[in-house]
Amino acid sequence: PIQSVCVLSVGGAWRLGTDVRNTVGNIPMEWYQDYPHIGYDLDGKKIFKPIRNKDELDEFLDKMENPDYWRTVHDKTTASDIRLSDEQVDLVHRLQKGQFGDASFNEYEIHSCSSGPIVSKMVHAIKMGWIKPRKPKETTPQYYDLWAKEDPNAILGRHKMHVPAPKMRLPGHEESYNPPPEYLLTEEERLAWEQQDPEDRKLPFLPQKHSCLRAVPAFSRFIHERFERCLDLYLCPRQRKMRVNVNPEDLIPKLPKPKDLQPFPTTMSLVYRGHTSLVRSISASPTGQWLVSGSDDCTVRFWEVNTGRCLKTLEVGGAVKGVAWNPNPAVCLVAVCFESTVLLLNPALGDRLVVGATDQLITSYEPPEEDKEQAVTWALSEGPEHDKGHRLTLTHPKGVKQVVWHGKGDYLSSVMPDNTSNLQVLIHQVSKRRTQNPFRKNKGLVQCVSFHPLRPYFFVATQRCVRVYNLIKQELTKKLTANCKWISSMAIHPGGDNLICGSYDCRLAWFDLDLSTKPYKMLRHHKKALRGVAYHKHYPLFASGADDGSVIVCHGMVYNDLLQNPLIVPVKVLRGHQITHDLGVLDVTFHPTQPWVFSSGADATIRLFT
Amino acid sequence: MGGLQKKKYERGSATNYITRNKARKKLQLSLADFRRLCILKGIYPHEPKHKKKVNKGSTAPRTFYLLKDIRFLLHEPIVRKFREYKVFVRKLRKAYGKAEWTGVERLRDNKPGYKLDHIIKERYPTFVDALRDIDDALSMCFLFSTFARTGKCHVQTITLCRRLSVEWMNYIIASRSLKKVFLSIKGIYYQAEVLGQVITWLVPYQFAHDHPTDVDYRVMATFTEMYTTLLGFVNFRLYQTLNLVYPPKVSQSLSQPWVKHILNKLSALSASLARVVATAEEEENQMDQFPTEGDQENLEAREKEQKEQEAHKRLFEGLKFFLNREVPRESLAFILRCFGAEVSWDQSLCIGGTYDVTDESITHQIVDRPNMDKQYINRYYIQPQWVFDTVNAKMLLPVEDYFIGVTLPPHLSPFVEEKDGDYVPPEKLKLMALQRGEKPDDDDDDDDDEEEEEEEDDDDGDDDELTEERNLKKMENQRAQGKTLAVKVTPGKVRPWETGSVGNRVRLEQEEKAEEKRLAIMMMKKKEKYLYDKIMFGKKRTVREANKLTAKRKAHEDASKAEKKAKKQ
Repeated sequence: PIQSVCVLSVGGAWRLGTDVRNTVGNIPMEWYQDYPHIGYDLDGKKIFKPIRNKDELDEFLDKMENPDYWRTVHDKTTASDIRLSDEQVDLVHRLQKGQFGDASFNEYEIHSCSSGPIVSKMVHAIKMGWIKPRKPKETTPQYYDLWAKEDPNAILGRHKMHVPAPKMRLPGHEESYNPPPEYLLTEEERLAWEQQDPEDRKLPFLPQKHSCLRAVPAFSRFIHERFERCLDLYLCPRQRKMRVNVNPEDLIPKLPKPKDLQPFPTTMSLVYRGHTSLVRSISASPTGQWLVSGSDDCTVRFWEVNTGRCLKTLEVGGAVKGVAWNPNPAVCLVAVCFESTVLLLNPALGDRLVVGATDQLITSYEPPEEDKEQAVTWALSEGPEHDKGHRLTLTHPKGVKQVVWHGKGDYLSSVMPDNTSNLQVLIHQVSKRRTQNPFRKNKGLVQCVSFHPLRPYFFVATQRCVRVYNLIKQELTKKLTANCKWISSMAIHPGGDNLICGSYDCRLAWFDLDLSTKPYKMLRHHKKALRGVAYHKHYPLFASGADDGSVIVCHGMVYNDLLQNPLIVPVKVLRGHQITHDLGVLDVTFHPTQPWVFSSGADATIRLFT
Repeated sequence: MGGLQKKKYERGSATNYITRNKARKKLQLSLADFRRLCILKGIYPHEPKHKKKVNKGSTAPRTFYLLKDIRFLLHEPIVRKFREYKVFVRKLRKAYGKAEWTGVERLRDNKPGYKLDHIIKERYPTFVDALRDIDDALSMCFLFSTFARTGKCHVQTITLCRRLSVEWMNYIIASRSLKKVFLSIKGIYYQAEVLGQVITWLVPYQFAHDHPTDVDYRVMATFTEMYTTLLGFVNFRLYQTLNLVYPPKVSQSLSQPWVKHILNKLSALSASLARVVATAEEEENQMDQFPTEGDQENLEAREKEQKEQEAHKRLFEGLKFFLNREVPRESLAFILRCFGAEVSWDQSLCIGGTYDVTDESITHQIVDRPNMDKQYINRYYIQPQWVFDTVNAKMLLPVEDYFIGVTLPPHLSPFVEEKDGDYVPPEKLKLMALQRGEKPDDDDDDDDDEEEEEEEDDDDGDDDELTEERNLKKMENQRAQGKTLAVKVTPGKVRPWETGSVGNRVRLEQEEKAEEKRLAIMMMKKKEKYLYDKIMFGKKRTVREANKLTAKRKAHEDASKAEKKAKKQ
């Protein structure tokens, strides 16, 4: 301790004996580092440094051996050691104690104040207690019982809104200094971890294994992590989040068991093979004994439903877009459309009498007196074509996509999709060989049409909506907006008050016509575009076929009670069709009497599910 | 029509929020002071629901505070102190510039200071609130107390942190409330239950820190300022609840007169604390019998739990430990004393050691070196992990696995609570069996196989159909070749599940159930379906992770077995 004091109080008192004095003044002595001398004495001569500086060892030896070591100080300016005399040591001691340097000075002696009124005023002030000596400041904080009086009324209202900061996440096994081996990362995982962005990493650190506690190093990011926590505490917005703790089983709606909703088709029982290209359309005869199918291989085939035998194959002049069996059991007629022709065939299947009556019906036509210009030309087939079954040929101006029969079997409608003209839908009357175009205006590309099963209504599905027209009043009754991009198919419930629409964006919309013009239910059961939908005539069933190759059969119960909404329960997913060229099922239709469903697919087969 | 035109952003959410810069201007504070104020007062930004509306149509990223919060800050007396301090700094700078040294001295003497007591009281109106939020305060104080006195922060702060943390540890020892400990690669986690609050804190290993440059120490210092105040008051109150003297004093019997500084004595963690009222040390707090009817089972369970807790507190009672110089003395002494053990260490290591290595009554010596030259017969030489594992297991574990030079069993985190479906390491299963009182099996073959059986029933059906179809095709081909139209009826194959054997029926039923569920899922509403899918995704992920860990473990075990075999040969 002495040393430090002496260096500070480098005076001249003890230099008198030695008489070496540096004249460089109060400068950093490092400036003379590179010179052999460290300054100049009073005579202007250089003061040289000692040849050899003392090192630690010398210092130590000196300390041990020299009895005067404690009173020796080093003078930096002259680079010499000076031994202090007794007086000097005494002076240092006095100064250290805060006493006066002069031993003979008596500090308690009262000095006369000659320095004027200021001092006397201050003395007076001290006497009067106006000036108080400075109190030493408290550096250590004082603690007391802060919560001695917990007053619930003193709690601020805002405290109720306070969101306490979430606690730090507690460490898992992987953070252990000696974790189980499965928590260590493998080489690939480690590389992946290193390449990941630090924010994306699932673990913010690499798990490590140390054989003993001694080997555990300091965690290099410790201060970082604490700091990040601090930042989180004062910079992160806090929010109360309601975590829903739901049992996923509770989310599943409680539906009646499919078992209780039988009958519905469950298994694939028959495959009708014969077509060589995709089968666009199928239709069952009203008796349920026959099935007709039209395919892209330009043939129409007639099948016996129960055996799967192909009874007849008819070549037509183009890829068949649609077939429809006349729903009237007293008439045996099939409408087939290909290119711009609608062909009415008499397949000559079933009851002879019916077949005969049908031919009779066709031939009994008497042309009216005044011939009106019609949109299509009606031609009666004769000769070999008649033998093949062709009866009437309706040549349209444009390509026909779909044909549908009215429930009575006399009217027939054909669709020629065309975005530019009003000639898209035609209604033909077979008995009178008359054709009319019901629409004056083009309301968009017509996708499909359908007759109401009981009342004189006509449904026209355009790309995004379905329009319902009253044929007698000749006016629009309703416009149903299906919330989908592109309607592909449509079917009317036999009761007539409900309607389903399939769309290319995988949805099936169920409309309740009494309820609203918006869909009552949107079903997103299929994974791909729907191509065909159908209702069963008697059973509460409907089916939809889609490009994912599946046919989904749903129970769709419609109640007579107007207040009760229809009940829709999916009952079966039927698979079987293979997907070819990204197409799966193209058309579905129900058996008229049995709970069976037919589906035709792009794999050139027709399948019967019973 | 008519009336005043409504202006945008003058009502609604736009007026409830204020950006940081505006708030700063409103408070007339510099950014640093504003930050300090927010930290001290616990004000945090808010995320408005409609950011664009609040941001007045702009989408620039901004931090928003609630206007109410900022108004609340306006009334804070500390804001005035901040401004005073700003003025003080300005005056001081001027005085320095003019070399008015007496003025500097005077200014320094009157340096404006502030106290945070009222803020603590306001932020934590009840003591329990304060305890609940003390995790971060503890971790921070323990970190600051390990800092070297090199100027990263004030030396007073470091000593204060050290003092407060030592006081806290002494309280935990006195109240015996430590519950769990965990040696992680970051540091040592401790978990205690104080007055019903679970408090976890992390203490770094005793190494010098290399201070990172990208950390703002001013922020940390502000936090520490607040935390030290909080922790001081909490300590005071806690000491009061145990009838201990605060600031703590070492009880006379054990105090060593030659150690002057009380903090050193306390940090030795070997002396018991002086009490205000001398009471019997051990108070048997019997649970009161409440006349409850019907709740007998509940009561019994509670009683049992209480007993277990009591037993846990006395885990090391009667054992005498000696710490070798290479083990972390402070943490081990802390833990051992928390559970009632007697601990000592070498006199040259630290003050406060009460007995020597040569003491014959020592039961355990904690050692962390590969071998010892001189060993006493009547004591166990164990590695420090034993202490930690034993505390977590709440029972004295067999010492054989922890002897010197033995490969240690994995150290598991006591904080993990496995739900069903989560991966449970086999060591934990073994430990649980041990806790239940079962004898550990020697053979390690009873690895529970939790591999999920992947059901692939659907494929079977498809296969059948496929084969059938193939047959049909073949038939058709034959027919086409032979041109024979004779209809042949092939006998159908009886599907195995249509026959009535029991197993098939069960399988059939299961399939039916699964199908039913699938169909019901199809009928879900969009929102619910989304939620359901999310939940299921999460579940599947946990299963996947658990499977991955199981597979890794199995691979590791196979590898180690193969190694063993290779060694034998």
